[in-house]
Amino acid sequence: MADKLTQDQLTQMAKHARAIRRNIIAAVTEAKSGHPGGSLSAADILTVLYFAEMKVDVRNPADPARDRFVLSKGHAAPVLYATLAEKGFFPAEELLTLRKIDSRIQGHPSMKDVPGVDMSTGSLGQGLAAANGMALAGRLDGRDYRVYALLGDGELEEGMVWEAAMFAPHYKLDNLTAFVDFNGLQIDGPIAEVMSPLPIPEKWQSFGWNVLEIDGHDMNAIYAAIQTAKTVKDRPTMIVAHTVKGKGVCEMENAAEWHGKAPSREECQLFLSELDD
Amino acid sequence: MGKATREAYGEALRELGALNKDIIVLDADLSKSTKTNLFAKAFPERFFNVGIAEQNLMGTAAGLAAAGKIPFVSSFAMFAAGRAFEQVRNSICYPRLNVKIAATHAGLTVGEDGASHQAIEDISLMRSIPNMTVIVPADAAETRQAIAFAAEYRGPVYIRLGRMAVPELFGDDYEFQHGKAVELADGKDVTLIASGVMVSAAREAAEELLAAGISARVLNIHTIKPIDVEAVCKAARDTGAIVTCEEHNIIGGLGSAVAEVLVEHQPVPMERVGVQDTFGESGTPAALLKKYHLTAADIVEAAKRVVRRKK
Repeated sequence: MADKLTQDQLTQMAKHARAIRRNIIAAVTEAKSGHPGGSLSAADILTVLYFAEMKVDVRNPADPARDRFVLSKGHAAPVLYATLAEKGFFPAEELLTLRKIDSRIQGHPSMKDVPGVDMSTGSLGQGLAAANGMALAGRLDGRDYRVYALLGDGELEEGMVWEAAMFAPHYKLDNLTAFVDFNGLQIDGPIAEVMSPLPIPEKWQSFGWNVLEIDGHDMNAIYAAIQTAKTVKDRPTMIVAHTVKGKGVCEMENAAEWHGKAPSREECQLFLSELDD
Repeated sequence: MGKATREAYGEALRELGALNKDIIVLDADLSKSTKTNLFAKAFPERFFNVGIAEQNLMGTAAGLAAAGKIPFVSSFAMFAAGRAFEQVRNSICYPRLNVKIAATHAGLTVGEDGASHQAIEDISLMRSIPNMTVIVPADAAETRQAIAFAAEYRGPVYIRLGRMAVPELFGDDYEFQHGKAVELADGKDVTLIASGVMVSAAREAAEELLAAGISARVLNIHTIKPIDVEAVCKAARDTGAIVTCEEHNIIGGLGSAVAEVLVEHQPVPMERVGVQDTFGESGTPAALLKKYHLTAADIVEAAKRVVRRKK
């Protein structure tokens, strides 16, 4: 398989990513709460995963042979929901019911409610262990599906992450690829100031992971790293993706205050125009 | 004396492992104590030690279940229900994943390790999580059946097991019925409702009470959640007084579950024999049961008190 996207694919990816970002802004505005900053930073990674890589079937979301994705930083639910809707798992209009009563689009991902969600997450630090379990099950069943997980950089402050970090190389889970969405900011400020998990690549390396470091907004780089990870035997791969919190909306970029704040309707209009095709 | 319920668990797991290839067993560096080593020896390819990492134990099991496996995970009750509470709640129970938690060394009778290792809150914690089923087997035969039930049932199950050997109550013909109380003796003056290691103490107490002219019914409630509302109400109607007996804090466990049923459906005088909202200490299991008032004699006293309270 080629480890580069074609120009056509790149154009398509950019289009999907813009639509996903627009829907993140629209959904969070409508909900009047939610987490736009860390959703926007992960949008390009999810776009490449769902539109260039993962074997998933919108008509058969529970297919046992499918690739799996675990959003460990579950507060970035808007990017997962927007990506799943863009892929066709459910109608995009439903995104506007995010966080509202009687909606299946919960504030954090719920696997029992929404087709395409592979794991319920939200309490930080818990996603990688679940991804490990899925990867282990795949190997026990002799299936060749792959498991992907996305962790936040602030989330690395949770001790359980490192329990799971030990497990995956110990059991040689080479069907697992994880990402750190390394945007450098958490609710209370820069991760380096709040409780530094730095240096990040070296930590995963020392735990036995194959580590790649990329620009998390370069679609080609994301795609190439995923392809490289598939060739690595006997250990999992961690792709440390340098990203910008709030990516795509000038006012939100690199601003910790947009971690968990909804735009007003006026701001929403402005932000959406920035993301026009 | 029979055997410890944890021993029966290990044996049951080994038997079920041969019948169901989807059963995967995980342990957190306690497999010799939890007896999952019996399964590990028989099916090494389906046994995984996660090391001293109970949160990861629960999270990995959730992932295995999400991919169609039937994981049985074990640790001491203190760590399974306490240390990993939020992982059990959010990663297992919220998505209703098919994970079986067999927690050993529960209650005061873990003994000399002392209060830090004596889980007397685990039933309360596990019972309060939606989607969770909570089972406390009383002897080896009941444990074997409960484990077989858990393997068949779709959804999260917490099974509370003990360290020390307990008397045999049931034979091989015993049939475990999920959510159904087991009547061990009939009586008309009071009902002793017990679970786990306290079931044999309750039987003993019933015999002593009979000698004192009080006729006691004995119910073994192995399924704390969902609790057998019908049997509890019938006992209250028939005997007019209830004593609950559990190796757990009197707050949140069997006593609370029974009290909830009684106040809503069939209020009668009630007494709770259990740990009186205090931490334990180091000691032999027998000495601890005596000091913390969990003996047949304590049940007899409670029964006499509650009978006097009847109108």
